[in-house]
Amino acid sequence: MDKFITHTGVAAPLKRSNVDTDQIIPAVYLKRVTRTGFEDGLFAAWRSDPAFVLNKPEYAEASVLVAGPDFGTGSSREHAVWALQNYGFKVVISSRFADIFRGNSGKAGLLAAQVDEKVVQRLWDHLDDHPGATVTVDLETRTVKAGDGPDAIEDSFDIDDYTRWRLLEGLDDIGITLSREEEIAAYEAARPSWKPATL
Amino acid sequence: MGRTLAEKVWDEHVVRTADGEPDLLYIDLHLIHEVTSPQAFDGLRLAGRTVRRPDLTLATEDHNVPTLDWDKPIADPVSRTQVETLRRNAAEFGVRLHPLGDVEQGIVHVVGPQLGLTQPGMTIVCGDSHTSTHGAFGAIAFGIGTSEVEHVLATQTLMQARPKTMAVTVNGTLPPGVTAKDLVLTLITHTGTGGGQGYIVEYRGQAIEELSMEGRMTVCNMSIEWGAKAGLIAPDQTTFDYLEGRPEAPKGADWDAAVAHWRSLVTDEDAQFDEEIVLDASTMTPFVTWGTNPGQGVPLGGAVPDPASFDEEQDRVAAEKALEYMGLEAGTPMREIKVDTVFVGSCTNGRIEDLRLAAEIIKGHKVDKDTRLLVVPGSVRVRMQAEDEGLDVIFKEAGAEWRGAGCSMCLGMNPDQLTPGERSASTSNRNFEGRQGKGGRTHLVSIPVAAATAVRGTLSSPADLAPVVEPVETSRAK
Repeated sequence: MDKFITHTGVAAPLKRSNVDTDQIIPAVYLKRVTRTGFEDGLFAAWRSDPAFVLNKPEYAEASVLVAGPDFGTGSSREHAVWALQNYGFKVVISSRFADIFRGNSGKAGLLAAQVDEKVVQRLWDHLDDHPGATVTVDLETRTVKAGDGPDAIEDSFDIDDYTRWRLLEGLDDIGITLSREEEIAAYEAARPSWKPATL
Repeated sequence: MGRTLAEKVWDEHVVRTADGEPDLLYIDLHLIHEVTSPQAFDGLRLAGRTVRRPDLTLATEDHNVPTLDWDKPIADPVSRTQVETLRRNAAEFGVRLHPLGDVEQGIVHVVGPQLGLTQPGMTIVCGDSHTSTHGAFGAIAFGIGTSEVEHVLATQTLMQARPKTMAVTVNGTLPPGVTAKDLVLTLITHTGTGGGQGYIVEYRGQAIEELSMEGRMTVCNMSIEWGAKAGLIAPDQTTFDYLEGRPEAPKGADWDAAVAHWRSLVTDEDAQFDEEIVLDASTMTPFVTWGTNPGQGVPLGGAVPDPASFDEEQDRVAAEKALEYMGLEAGTPMREIKVDTVFVGSCTNGRIEDLRLAAEIIKGHKVDKDTRLLVVPGSVRVRMQAEDEGLDVIFKEAGAEWRGAGCSMCLGMNPDQLTPGERSASTSNRNFEGRQGKGGRTHLVSIPVAAATAVRGTLSSPADLAPVVEPVETSRAK
């Protein structure tokens, strides 16, 4: 996984709450057996609407999504994260993420930056005034920045320490866990014999 | 200080705990299916890794399989490739698979409990958010993404931050005709879709204790719909009676040892939850959704709400968008909403008890002429059991379609989909935009409401049905 230190990119405002995983990518798009190509299903129902934010030319290069609360609710499909990444997004900013979506983002290298609801509103206002403006998300300092001068926005975002460290280092969880082999084997040796087995 | 049930089960599975790290948790059972596993197996191959414990892993085909012509090759080539990829991966890595056509095939969350693999005190994961279903047995069970599926395959563990705990205490008794589904839909409207976030929830109280295992599974299944990490219920005699004698349940002395341990899996009296919600079951009524998330619900006797009636602006905006998508007007009585398709099935309500209840209500009636009723058993075993009991005949005589086992119209990944604008009453778990097919409009309902709605063609409860008049044998005068 690539290291994530900081990212500056065009930010697209997605002014909806409860953007669930079926809206991020409907089930009919989940049939691929690869991790790529899912951008065709991203926000599939909305993409056919010319007025949808991502269809506007100023957001053609968007790589930061600024969304309403409860982003990523619903299914456990990591395809939702891949679809955002395949499309070109590096960061999603929201005031609340569903747990599984946030976990999947951390594993796949998409930064889910949780900010106060007021920060989302300020970013939306800023993007309304300056369509196509960029937002900087700095993982080292955990800050979100946009604009300059007296109206500049600078605020902190939340991410758990462990996920932050892994993203900064670009580390693979499985490699870390496999280094605990002795502890896993010791645990297994003490499991009750009546626990079920499938084979 | 005492511990909660969730804390006890969690503590029993900690392989390693250290400051600044999530706990490393051992996984007792890993369930897999065709949609969220191919990239995980690919990852193993790329890194030259193996499946650590194939004997704690079980695969079935459910999300993407047809419920018609299941004995023929899958028509859609992309779906077929996905299913064939699971078969190849299971063979290569030595994982037990119940494929389409197998007697144990079905929805992964129906198959685990019915085999007796789902047991109290276990940790169970699957690349599917409705894994919370298995919590009905007093297990910690939750959905994971594909990267985590790969992690469990390679290590039989997961890194997990310890969640907070919440109690949902449901006092009193559910009135007749009000089901576990109504209970959980009422709860979600009360909490909103994010209310459970960060918590493992323990459902308890008289109404929960009085539920069958099927009803408990319905409640735990929808834990994710209000954002909870997992939902569980303390195991009791109902749990043990359900499990005893099932193929993978412990036998003989092992059974006794297991039950002795399972009896200890209750929340201690002096344990503290981080949060508690108390509900009264005796005031609950049949409950249905009007919007596009499971927290947008009202009693069946109510009406479509006016968006202006919500206090929070974001709820008002969400309600306006939902009504527009659903094609509904504020103030319309729910009972006047006409439904095109009724779907009975899914990991929420696709078990034998659900089909029995639906058949009991529909028996002697006909499905409304403008409505179709799709009955999709949760597993092949459920289908066979239903056929043994003649339930299929009742459904077919009423005019319903009797299908093969799978997830089907719950998520509209296979050909069972709504068309744009088509309205469903569905016993499944999600009413998201496009969930059951692009442009489809979903009302989440209980089994009794689904069955009555199929007969009347509008959202209804069994109380709205005319009584079935049994043909009377008249003695002919000679």
